[in-house]
Amino acid sequence: MLNTISPVEAATGIALQQYLTVAAILFTLGAFGIFLNRKNVIIILMCVELMLLAVNVNLVAFSAYLNDLTGQIFALMVLTVAAAEAAIGLAIIVIYHRNRGSIAVDDINSMKG
Amino acid sequence: MTIAGYFFYLFSIVLISSGAMVISARNPVHSVLFLILAFLNAAGLFVLLGAEFLAMILIIVYVGAVAVLFLFVVMMLDIDFDQLRKGMSRYLPVGILVGLVLLAELILVVGGFSVAPGAFRPVTGEQVTNTEAIGRVLYTDYLYFFQLSGLVLLVAMIGAIVLTLRHRSDSKRQNIARQVGRKREDAIEVVKVETGKGIS
Repeated sequence: MLNTISPVEAATGIALQQYLTVAAILFTLGAFGIFLNRKNVIIILMCVELMLLAVNVNLVAFSAYLNDLTGQIFALMVLTVAAAEAAIGLAIIVIYHRNRGSIAVDDINSMKG
Repeated sequence: MTIAGYFFYLFSIVLISSGAMVISARNPVHSVLFLILAFLNAAGLFVLLGAEFLAMILIIVYVGAVAVLFLFVVMMLDIDFDQLRKGMSRYLPVGILVGLVLLAELILVVGGFSVAPGAFRPVTGEQVTNTEAIGRVLYTDYLYFFQLSGLVLLVAMIGAIVLTLRHRSDSKRQNIARQVGRKREDAIEVVKVETGKGIS
């Protein structure tokens, strides 16, 4: 018999869509934060972390509801990449501040991009 | 509603409001602290979903390492954050526009999709803990993923060290290669001192 309701939803009463909505709101907050704090690189990095967290919530929710561990393995991978990205990004900020004395995004134009 | 349902709403509401505080807090230190709160509540959601291992990893990696790294950088760099906040209202309309469009699209997607019947697989076989289940597949089926994660972290570590390491010319730093390469002939000279003459 095909079951149309996930065992997780049957046990907890929370639908998959609720988790997806939370993740969607969190992702939107991250994207909005990048626009809001356009000049501050540190806050932008934090916003990227928020967006990756939203993606992780999505992956884990699907993994739990579909009873498939691949989502959690992939979330682990995303976590790794996020940690690496934070370390490299903050290292770049530190040396940029050491060399130029400022981290305003508007000032980062020495490559004329 | 079950207890899990109440906890879901508690964690979600705190998660979203702390996410909002991350992007709107005036002081970046507060932003980082709200980011930690957001991660803790996401870990709570993971526990509700039965992913205890990832919840604990999230707390250890994010709260223990990444957030502290952010805090460290925010406090170490001498930055005028009020100056960085100037012109914020200029970007507000376009930000709100993009945010609303993105949210509307995502809500449409979430509301419009349904999982195919039968995709919800019933739980069968022996019941193992989440950590054991992940351990069983992580080192077998997803070995390359695991190795790749290690490689990513190694590259990040080397990159961060190479970026921030600098040799200051004014500090008397130990140069191990010079120390090891030093020979006896460079350091001492045996002089036959004649009586009454001294060494010139």
